[in-house]
Amino acid sequence: MALTLATPTVAPKRIDWWQSGIMALLLVLLTAFIVYPVLRVLSIALSDDSGSFTLIHFGNFFRRPLFREALWNTLWSGVLVVVFSAALSLPLAYLLARYEFRGKLLLQTAATLPLVIPPFVGAVALQLILGRSGMVNLLLMDWFDVTVPLMEGLTGVVLVQTLHFFPFILLNTVVSLSNVDSSLEEMAQNLGCHGLRLFRRVTLPLMLPGFIAGSLLTFIRAIDDLGTPLMLNYKNLLAPQAYLRITTIGMDDVDGYVVCVALVILSLASLLLARKYLSLAEYATVQRFTPVTRRLHGKMTVFVWLGVALILSISLLPHMGILLLSFTKVWSFTLLPTTYTLANYVEILFRAPHFVINTLRYMLLAAGFDIVLGAAIAFLLLRTSVPGRNLLDAIATLPLAIPGVVLGVGYLRVFHGWDFPGADGPLTSSWFILVIAYTMRRLPYTVRACYAALQQVHIALEESALNLGANRLRTFTKITLPLISSGLIAGGLIAFVTSCVELSSTIILVPRIELGPIAYGIYLYMQSPLGRGAGAALGVVAILLVSLGTYLTHRIFRGRSGNAFRI
Amino acid sequence: MKPAEVRLERISKSYGNQRVVHDVSLRIREGEFFTFLGPSGCGKTTLLRMIAGFVDPDEGSLYLDDQQVNQTPPWRRDVGMVFQNYALWPHMTVFENVAFGLRERKVPRAEVKTRVSKALEQVDLKGTEGRRPSQLSGGQQQRVALARTLVIQPRVLLLDEPLSNLDAKLRVDMRLELLKLQQDIGVTTIYVTHDQEEALAMSNRIAVIHQGQVIQEGAPREIYEQPANDFIAGFVGQSNLIAGKILNLTKEHVDVELADRSTLNLWRPPAFDLAQVGDSVLLSLRPESIEVTEKDLRWDAPNHIEGKILASAYQGASIEYEIATLGRALKARLTNPKGKHQFQRDDEITLSFAAEDVMLVPAKSQ
Repeated sequence: MALTLATPTVAPKRIDWWQSGIMALLLVLLTAFIVYPVLRVLSIALSDDSGSFTLIHFGNFFRRPLFREALWNTLWSGVLVVVFSAALSLPLAYLLARYEFRGKLLLQTAATLPLVIPPFVGAVALQLILGRSGMVNLLLMDWFDVTVPLMEGLTGVVLVQTLHFFPFILLNTVVSLSNVDSSLEEMAQNLGCHGLRLFRRVTLPLMLPGFIAGSLLTFIRAIDDLGTPLMLNYKNLLAPQAYLRITTIGMDDVDGYVVCVALVILSLASLLLARKYLSLAEYATVQRFTPVTRRLHGKMTVFVWLGVALILSISLLPHMGILLLSFTKVWSFTLLPTTYTLANYVEILFRAPHFVINTLRYMLLAAGFDIVLGAAIAFLLLRTSVPGRNLLDAIATLPLAIPGVVLGVGYLRVFHGWDFPGADGPLTSSWFILVIAYTMRRLPYTVRACYAALQQVHIALEESALNLGANRLRTFTKITLPLISSGLIAGGLIAFVTSCVELSSTIILVPRIELGPIAYGIYLYMQSPLGRGAGAALGVVAILLVSLGTYLTHRIFRGRSGNAFRI
Repeated sequence: MKPAEVRLERISKSYGNQRVVHDVSLRIREGEFFTFLGPSGCGKTTLLRMIAGFVDPDEGSLYLDDQQVNQTPPWRRDVGMVFQNYALWPHMTVFENVAFGLRERKVPRAEVKTRVSKALEQVDLKGTEGRRPSQLSGGQQQRVALARTLVIQPRVLLLDEPLSNLDAKLRVDMRLELLKLQQDIGVTTIYVTHDQEEALAMSNRIAVIHQGQVIQEGAPREIYEQPANDFIAGFVGQSNLIAGKILNLTKEHVDVELADRSTLNLWRPPAFDLAQVGDSVLLSLRPESIEVTEKDLRWDAPNHIEGKILASAYQGASIEYEIATLGRALKARLTNPKGKHQFQRDDEITLSFAAEDVMLVPAKSQ
């Protein structure tokens, strides 16, 4: 051949040091504050005094009736909460997704209200209304000389958690249902299928991903919930057992760690079980969005209205109770409070304002960190080919399945007793440990919000900026950032809103009383009958903060409220 | 099942203040391939969904054969529909998708099996029974959707832009496949499309729909060669529309004054039989009926105008010209250009056309 071709030289592969650097930094950070503490808990539970592997602690765990019962109660109450929430949510979800009627907006709002009140605050309020000497039982006692032990023991826990967590299932199912392309159902009708059969063969399988996601979230949150059982003084569940072991017997008590591991196994198992269905989520996506809604008429409207009124009043019970209590001086064994006062607000806003101030500081910091981390992770996952992305994704998802108690215990174990570089003393005696815990606990939500926002920015928008001479940094700040900013803010708000009511890791990690946030303050005040009013006032502040955050999130998502609380 | 006749009588439908279908009456004969042709948003899909039973008309009646079906729910109409996005159920396999309608009809298990595999064979998809829709290509998904509808042997087949999601080449192939399949089965077929080429190629008859109304109904040749108004002339194929006023009319000639006061002297086209002096007219001239030659070469042609090339594009099967003449731009097309001269920008040329190629079109009513 006349033309001699040069042997092809292997072009040196361009390594993006910036991206690799960020990836390494993120992996180190997340490993230190998510993976390692959990592994430490695990290793303590699995090793004997000399440090070698043993299952003896688990054997002991199952030999003790107390723990066996706690495990069974946790599982059973979690399942019950999911079942009752589903029973409450499914008809409502179908109604909201498929029908137009007057007052739909009211129902939608009512459905998100339980989320703005911390479950343990709701527990206190419900006790005032449904408890042994609450309103309802006082009336029943008066009229029929009977009482209904609604708030006693496990029943009370399940009731409070159901009322608090059912919106997770409702919102996820509504989104899933309204994303089912109408032509998929019309096609079935066209081939002769209708009514309940249509629901069972086509609609139900297609909305399953949302329903499963909501159920999973509900289950994990319910078994992680430490505040409700503590408030109702029902300790025979895994979360309170772990907490009590560590705080009363001490950090060296192996049983506490074993209980923690049992909790992690429960949530991880449910996550894995649900994963099969979650991965199918993609298939219900819309191709051409034609919402199928029908108008309700006549009798049905009346029926629906009764339902709406019932749901609305039930979901507002805790809010009303707590509001009433916050203006109360004395309220015991009477239908309504006997003396009203503003002293409770004076107490929490002027005499002990640190709870509110701390909360604002911690939440803003945690939300800020979450936005930065979330944006960086979303960017690495979507826009680069740096190795390690799957690992990063997995670690960033992990906190969904790590109960707050476990993370708290892990932090205590890892950061206690040695001076952290840069901090004066151990990390566990600084308020910053709380910020870290909140940041890590809520990271999965923020990552998802950022991921979704970035996914919607077509890569060509960035490429054309690069093509016109902007470098990567300028492209990011000038093009990408403005386009994803609302998604980032929404992600931060989700972190803010959910951290506000976080008690399980808080209660374990608060170094000193004056460093505690609102949730901790409420818990402290509620310990004494005299402090309940001030606790309720703090509860009202928490409700207002969360409502504000939720409202802003809704504004950003433009009414697609489900997004904020989806997996 | 025996193919049905579909009859629409004075059908209207509004959404809020917006009238999407207005007083439509049509009769689609047994076994016919009938097309609703129109731009997007014209109401053609709404009409189709009415026949399937997903939309209730506000006024008017709908008949399948002699049975009025306004009140019949979708699942009792036996009218098979293929959706634009195919609407394959992602949680079922190909077999389950195709078997769905048969199971709804309580067809015995063994028969379901044979009929599904026959239907899949018919669309060339044997062996894909166990796959999920997401594992198939666009063209395959479309054929599964077709098999799923045909397997129940519907009385009428409704196709909602079934080819619009396929790429250009596949679309042309599927067009012929679909036509052959329809002719083999003989089912009454109503086809919705905005693609005039598709409509001309496949249909026995076409209804052109614009702003909720049928503005012309007829065989493809009628629609193309005698468009009822300027909208159709422009929508079905390309057309040069020239507005003017008749100045003079003799047995052999007609003088038309154009908007810019220039006049066009034509050999009187057959379409001018009903015209009178002083009438405003729209002349329609298809690009392919214009012949482009070197300047002054065709001075003897009965109808010729001088012009200048604005743009010239070689397209393989044709050359497209844009020509400045009569104070405006006209489009001309030279088909089968192999071996012929291509004029370039700024060339002075003469364009000529036969009198019978000039169509007289009523201007749009509004």
